[in-house]
Amino acid sequence: MAVITMREAISQAIWEEMERDEDVFIMGEEVGIWGGTYAVTRGFYDHFGGERVRDTPIAEGVIIGAANGAAMAGLRPIAELMTINFAFLAMDQIVNHSAKLRLMFGGQFKIPIVIRAVGGGGRQLGATHSQTPDAVFAHFPGLKVVSPGTPSDAKGLLKTAIRQDDPVMFIENATLYQVRGEVPDEEHLVPIGVSKVQREGHDATIVTYSKMLQKSFVAAERLSSEGIEVEIVDLRTLRPLDMGPVVQSFKKTNRAVIVEEGWKSYGVGAEIAARLYEEAFDYADAPIKRLAQKEVPLPYNHDLEQHAIPQVEDIIMAVKEVL
Amino acid sequence: MVNRTKSKRVAGELMDKDTMLDLYHEMVLVRRLEEAFETLYQEGKIGGFLHLYIGQEAVGSGVIGARQPQDRVITAYRDHGIAISCGIDPKSIVAELFGKEAGTSKGRGGSMHLGNTDLNFWGGHAIVGAHMPLATGMAMADKYRGSDAVTICLFGDGATNGGYFHEALNLSMVWDLPILWVCENNQYGMGTAVERASAVTEIRQKAEGYGMPNERVDGMDILKVYEATSKNLDLVRKNGPFFLELMTYRFRGHSIGDPERYREKEEIDMWRKDDPIGIFRKHLLSTNGLTDAVLDNIEAKAQSEIEEAIKFAEASADPSLDSLFDYVYVD
Ligand SMILES: Cc1ncc(C[n+]2csc(CCOP(=O)(O)OP(=O)(O)O)c2C)c(N)n1
Ligand SMILES: [Mg+2]
Repeated sequence: MAVITMREAISQAIWEEMERDEDVFIMGEEVGIWGGTYAVTRGFYDHFGGERVRDTPIAEGVIIGAANGAAMAGLRPIAELMTINFAFLAMDQIVNHSAKLRLMFGGQFKIPIVIRAVGGGGRQLGATHSQTPDAVFAHFPGLKVVSPGTPSDAKGLLKTAIRQDDPVMFIENATLYQVRGEVPDEEHLVPIGVSKVQREGHDATIVTYSKMLQKSFVAAERLSSEGIEVEIVDLRTLRPLDMGPVVQSFKKTNRAVIVEEGWKSYGVGAEIAARLYEEAFDYADAPIKRLAQKEVPLPYNHDLEQHAIPQVEDIIMAVKEVL
Repeated sequence: MVNRTKSKRVAGELMDKDTMLDLYHEMVLVRRLEEAFETLYQEGKIGGFLHLYIGQEAVGSGVIGARQPQDRVITAYRDHGIAISCGIDPKSIVAELFGKEAGTSKGRGGSMHLGNTDLNFWGGHAIVGAHMPLATGMAMADKYRGSDAVTICLFGDGATNGGYFHEALNLSMVWDLPILWVCENNQYGMGTAVERASAVTEIRQKAEGYGMPNERVDGMDILKVYEATSKNLDLVRKNGPFFLELMTYRFRGHSIGDPERYREKEEIDMWRKDDPIGIFRKHLLSTNGLTDAVLDNIEAKAQSEIEEAIKFAEASADPSLDSLFDYVYVD
């Protein structure tokens, strides 16, 4: 198995699927000549040409709208939003069209589009450029929402997303692109809608995904040095949500901390906690704890911003609180 | 605060010599500030994105130099030069980029969100095109209250391909609002050349579609920018929207870290021959009887103002952690 970065994993997934299927193409701001703002599509324009690697104007509504239309007409677009914050300019296309057209026309056609969007805070980009609004998208039936936390999952999930026939919001995190990990050399597909135990333990369960998975790994190692072994369940997909491994782990540890980068109110933690209480109330030995971003638009100032985002120390503290 | 003699700038009149010297000072100040930011960014003192105005100074100084104090200014994230032109103290600009409490936006906004409403500067805005509807609303409010203020809205060529632009232009005509739309056509939106993203390369043509009077002017020559702005601000005050396209060029990358694979060095060099500060300097020397010594003096003054501003910002305090929730709600 090769050890590659998240950036390389995502890049390889798109490259391989474009090689495999002529109907797959990518469109978005600066995906072509620039090579992708985060260098994910570096080299694509020269290899595949401008017909399949399409630079667009700064016009998110028509990026997603045209991708929807191309998908209705039988192509398999990958539409890149430079950052997830700009998805709000395309919200009508995502929410009212990607997610609903198939049902409203009685299943006469399908919308096989993958919307790639990078989110996350912590880079001093200011309030509008630092959001983690994953839960917003997970609210809508008709969309699938995928957000990997390791290179291997990123590659396998993205390849699956491109091949399957429903609209997928594929949410990357800008501070994860340099994270390295083992990725199988052979054909590698990871199913959408399957959570995964990423670390085994018995004292408490951390439920998390994406960037917070990586922070949870660090927290887990530190806790381990104090003799506390946490189990980490990575959601990987927010919709459809696979509670199986989460519930199973909770039944074993009887304690859970849910860690997300987005805001707490109406968030991923709220959903997971509610479901754990619904499905495994009797197994709780302590109130379930939610760790999330403080309820404030992220300020530019470095220390204020870091203060608002869950840190490794916060995860450690939260675990100790449920023990 | 930059030494301004705004009162001498009567709309519609050409500049007097003092005004010219003020504006020369201002453009040099912007250039030196941006150069300093470039270095400070490499030193890790500034975070986030950094969009420099180098090459476009004649646009900001020429347009805003011609405004009346009641005229509002709003722009995108490439806003450091605009902030200086609006009269914001470089101290509070540097402080904002350092994330300090003494910054224009209390260290909460950063480079892309400078603003000072006392000086009628309503901000840099980071979402491309999003400030154009805001401009529409501000102009509506001024008209509603019977004020004779004009809203000056600056934006890039790239912003003219999005829905916000078209919705805002259209409504400004339908409601006959006092807005001067100013397109800073620097030929690229990030790495995308105008002709690769826009159906018409003469952006002013888009205003035609809304029946809006318009003009395309050389944005490297501050005298031309100033003249066009003064004349058209008068028109806007009387008749409603006007669209001004200013041809300019950014000498640096889109933001720090731009690999610049989309343009040739020769193209940049060609435009650099038209350095807006060089053009203005030549003009001042040849027609206004000014000497190199006078202008060098102004440059030295600008340089020391920047150094002072950096010192101030370095010494000033970060916001305290318990102020995290300030400004989220009024109450
Ligand atoms: C809605 C939205 N989409 C994308 C971006 C990312 N982005 C920031 S600046 C920019 C280019 C804008 O070009 P232009 O309007 O010509 O202004 P310039 O940078 O040349 O001053 C892009 C794509 C953004 N900030 N907002
Ligand atoms: Mg531009």
